[in-house]
Amino acid sequence: MSRWDTAERQALRQLARDLTAKEIAPHVAGWEREGQLPRSLHKTFANAGVLSVAFPEEVGGGGGDSIDAAIVAEEILLGGGSGGVVASLFTHGIAVPHIVQSGSRDLVDRYVRPTLAGDLIGALAVTEPGGGSDVAGLRTRAVRDGDAYVVTGAKTYITSGVRADFVTTAVRTGDDGYGGISLLVIDKGLPGFTVSPPLDKMGWRASDTAELSFDEVRVPAANLVGDEGAGFVLIMKQFQSERLAMATQAWATAQRCLDLVIPWLKDRETFGRPLSSRQVVRHKVAEMARQVWVAKTATRAAYEAWLDTGDAVTEVSMAKNTACAVCDHVVDEAVQLFGGLGYMRESEVERHYRDSRILRIGGGTDEIMNEVIAKRLGV
Amino acid sequence: MNIVVLVKQVPDTWAERKLNEGDKTLDRASVDVVMNEIDEYAVEEALRIKEAQGGEVTILTMGPERAVETIRKALSMGADKAVHLSDEALKGSDAVQTSYALGKVLETLEYDLVIVGSEATDSRMATMGALLSERLGQPQLTGARKVTAEGGTVTIERQTDDGYAVVEASTPAIISVMEKINEPRYPSFKGIMAAKSKPLTTLSVGDAGVDEGQVGLAAAPSQVVEFSNKPPRQAGQIVKDEGDGGTKIAEYLASQKFV
Repeated sequence: MSRWDTAERQALRQLARDLTAKEIAPHVAGWEREGQLPRSLHKTFANAGVLSVAFPEEVGGGGGDSIDAAIVAEEILLGGGSGGVVASLFTHGIAVPHIVQSGSRDLVDRYVRPTLAGDLIGALAVTEPGGGSDVAGLRTRAVRDGDAYVVTGAKTYITSGVRADFVTTAVRTGDDGYGGISLLVIDKGLPGFTVSPPLDKMGWRASDTAELSFDEVRVPAANLVGDEGAGFVLIMKQFQSERLAMATQAWATAQRCLDLVIPWLKDRETFGRPLSSRQVVRHKVAEMARQVWVAKTATRAAYEAWLDTGDAVTEVSMAKNTACAVCDHVVDEAVQLFGGLGYMRESEVERHYRDSRILRIGGGTDEIMNEVIAKRLGV
Repeated sequence: MNIVVLVKQVPDTWAERKLNEGDKTLDRASVDVVMNEIDEYAVEEALRIKEAQGGEVTILTMGPERAVETIRKALSMGADKAVHLSDEALKGSDAVQTSYALGKVLETLEYDLVIVGSEATDSRMATMGALLSERLGQPQLTGARKVTAEGGTVTIERQTDDGYAVVEASTPAIISVMEKINEPRYPSFKGIMAAKSKPLTTLSVGDAGVDEGQVGLAAAPSQVVEFSNKPPRQAGQIVKDEGDGGTKIAEYLASQKFV
């Protein structure tokens, strides 16, 4: 039996499907309009143990692994959720793993446990207005002053930044380059810490995104995650799970579009015949399905390589680029096949078309992925 | 307080349900199956009583091998253990026979309450509580929208058309619940992982002391003799508005006794 299909994972899949059908799908359109998720959704998913599924039990998690987390994301998207819902509901998936990995027990108790319990919302802040992919070049500075760090700088494109109660923030505590980067957990509301109104995005509209500004914000030194200078390695390590999550979102979104398109093609008649009777349409759908299968297979293989070897940077990077390219192609074809209706806000494929575009940018762009792969190949 | 909850696996109500052409029993193999929805409320109520007072919740299911999926769901919601009565000889049993078989198993269990859903969405007999009450000689409280169990007494609010009635019985007793009673919890991931190590006893008819000759389709007191599919929906009646559309609609609704 595939490790994606054990009895327990079938039950988890069903749970995620039920939660999606009842707690997400009926509300997505409203959340997309409002631009954010209600906090109660975090609590509902926490109570079912789904929010924390892949985190260790010692920190309040479910004790599963990243395949369990992927199964939840797959089902939310296959069941009619949106990329924005997944990105926003599971932002803690990028916000707290560093704390789990190397933070103090105190930080785990204050931030990780309440977040996994659905009581707090966290965000991760790495990208800056002056540069996105260049993590080693970030400029937000944290200067030690007694028992605090004084933080000055700015972050942008921060997922869940508007709602976040705390932000795991990449700051420069040392010299230029990657060795001078640390992670600090910064509480919302500290003097000098301001959050912009929500940024107006093309897609992922149910997910709030913010710019953050730090003007001499005093952050307790106890909020340092791990050691000074350890930030870059922590960030890079966690990027692997973020990239896998993006790949999952990509193939599952594409599969959802395929699931929406097929009944439509059978139903929709042009010139007296269903669209599905036209060879050009049939071949288009066959090609979409083939690509989705490739994306799904590559993504799942990358998960397995990552879990089995602990180092699957090449596979993860390749899976992300494969799945995201497939998603872009499939959402575009889905809109085309829906025709005029596909261009209307009322059709779900229209939303997927907009949501897909971020996947080739977030968590490391196509180009960064290719740089990583080339480096790994020794080119 | 020890509670047994009767749980049934049924075809998904959203799926197209059908009877087998041959023996006219329900086709359980080719459809998606789920826990009978009202049974989730029964499980939830049992868990709430247990969480408040202690004790154990046991799931009792009669059904094919596949019904173990539904049992696992009840266990992952928080029930402690389960008994699965599963035997080819039971196939085609009607409600009377089912109550006989389930009654045999219940005789071997220690409980203060048996909680059942008010009806199953497949057979829609809504008789299991009453049948078991008669067989076991225990009181039944039906249509509960609220349950209070204390000492040797159980009290329910029974939903009626006009309000509710308060009904009381001594334990052990059999209670059927309705949707108004609670909001069932979702299973949890930890519950799912824990469910696989919870005790699940599978019984054949022999193990349960059920007389094979009294169960199954051949011996069933009631059988499906004939069935036909629902006729396709007829075209609707179109009322043309010539200034009196409202009146015509009102007349139509009155003729159908909607108003």
